[in-house]
Amino acid sequence: MREAFSNLMKEIQSGKFVFTGELEPVKTTDISSVIAEAKSLKGYVTACNVTDNPSSYAAVSSLVAAYVVQKETGMETIYQLRCADRNRIALTSDLLGAAVLGIRNILTLTGDHTLLGDMPNAKPVFDLDATLLTGMIRRMVDEGKDLNGNDIEGPHPQFNIGVAANPNADPIEPEILKVVRKVENGADFVQTQVCYNIDKTLEFLRMFKSFKVPVLVGVFPMRSYRVAAEFDKFVPGVKVPLELLDKLKQVKQQQISKAEKREKYDRINIEFFAPFITELRKSGLCAGCHIMSVHYVEITPKLLAEAKIERTLQKTSPLTVAKSS
Amino acid sequence: MIITTQKPLEEIMKTLEPYTKIIIAGCGTCSTTVQTGGEQQVKEMADKLRGKWFVDTVVVEAPCDGRIARKDWRKIQKQGRDQRIDALLCLMCGAGVQTLAEVAEVPCLPGLNTHFLGKVERIGLYYERCRACGDCYLGETAGICPVTRCAKGLMNGPCGGVIDGKCEVGGYVRDCAWFLIWERLKKFGRMNLFRRVRPPRQFGMQAYPRGIDAVPTPRGRRETHPTAPDETEEHKVDITKEKRNE
Repeated sequence: MREAFSNLMKEIQSGKFVFTGELEPVKTTDISSVIAEAKSLKGYVTACNVTDNPSSYAAVSSLVAAYVVQKETGMETIYQLRCADRNRIALTSDLLGAAVLGIRNILTLTGDHTLLGDMPNAKPVFDLDATLLTGMIRRMVDEGKDLNGNDIEGPHPQFNIGVAANPNADPIEPEILKVVRKVENGADFVQTQVCYNIDKTLEFLRMFKSFKVPVLVGVFPMRSYRVAAEFDKFVPGVKVPLELLDKLKQVKQQQISKAEKREKYDRINIEFFAPFITELRKSGLCAGCHIMSVHYVEITPKLLAEAKIERTLQKTSPLTVAKSS
Repeated sequence: MIITTQKPLEEIMKTLEPYTKIIIAGCGTCSTTVQTGGEQQVKEMADKLRGKWFVDTVVVEAPCDGRIARKDWRKIQKQGRDQRIDALLCLMCGAGVQTLAEVAEVPCLPGLNTHFLGKVERIGLYYERCRACGDCYLGETAGICPVTRCAKGLMNGPCGGVIDGKCEVGGYVRDCAWFLIWERLKKFGRMNLFRRVRPPRQFGMQAYPRGIDAVPTPRGRRETHPTAPDETEEHKVDITKEKRNE
């Protein structure tokens, strides 16, 4: 077993069913709302992903946001890093920066094509892909060398590396083999795309079991019908179950107050996802869940309570946050 | 011209290892001109491989033209030659190999490496001249393409990496494209073109894989880049900027 540098990895290795959350900085110079979301997730999730230019929409640097979140809230972060915008030089430099700032988890992503974003005429980089980036970071951590074998001064960077997987892929075999490639290249843990179908998810986990890599299954409680419909429409390869979509739609169409709507939306999400999480936990096939409900953090405590998951206050080592000079 | 070079024989033989009977297919267009896949080179390759493999040969006039590739493959099928082989060794550019691979129902293996769209100085000496960016600026740059010939592909060069008109890439041997542009614009008395600020390049135009559907429609000719975005906010800003500069 590889060394656990982050609290997330330590908790996974201890056999605890862990939860991670998601924070999404946008195109802004004020990330106070991100910090507030991180604060309200504290104690419920072990760490939070900080997205990197999601869907190729230019946003606040995920490195800066991840650092500020760790510093201001003590919430551990999983720094997402895309290959779409940076070549190997920029990736190396950002990773060294992350090490300096006390970031301990990286999620490597190839990233959506730049054409999908808000500056479609940008030059797409894709110098490396997620698999190669994983290998590059592995080498930095294990050997203290960069991609070309040049020495990195000082102590080796201490990262636990996460990679993405999609249990909804059809056919599933090439997806499994692709994730295996990432694992062989040095991944410590896997976070999956949003899953709705428990059978399909368990099948993926069963197929993946022999590779002995902890998997965090992605779940996505949806704040409103609009969020669900947009997700259904714009996220390739994932379909929100019609039944669930219909239920959310009915709430939207009802002539009731906002607070009542909120309560109904919450209820639908809890009724769908709490049994889902319980089932996953019972299966013993995954290490935890990645709750991706961006801007809908209030659902997380309710969901965990319903799934009867009691979070004791974490007793893992305090975060190493670099001192600002 | 599409510039190709032949792969080393050892590499070709290695890729052919799983097979026993092959057709060596040449190209009657670019690869003939640069002498990598013409009639003569196909014959030479056949001589090298014969003995170890059963070898048949063909030179397709333009294998990258789907119509010609289909026609020639049908001819081969009619003669029953496709039944006698289990692979095609293609001495042509990547576009040719892929077109043949869609037509022929046997594995198509590349015998050449494809380098660039370029100028033939003489056989063996070639220069890259076009990056097929889909948005030609040559009219503003005195017929010298900065996208191709500036190592950074700068639109507003030269950069600081130029000494005595030579480029930092490759040890100050190659001419700086922007110096060449300046010299030629001076000659034509069009220096005003040099001072113009050129907007960021529209990389959406060259997002690959590209395709053009130029079938005439009642409204006129239609040319589309399937992956390119429509006029974006970014683009609109660029156009106004361009007008201001004029």
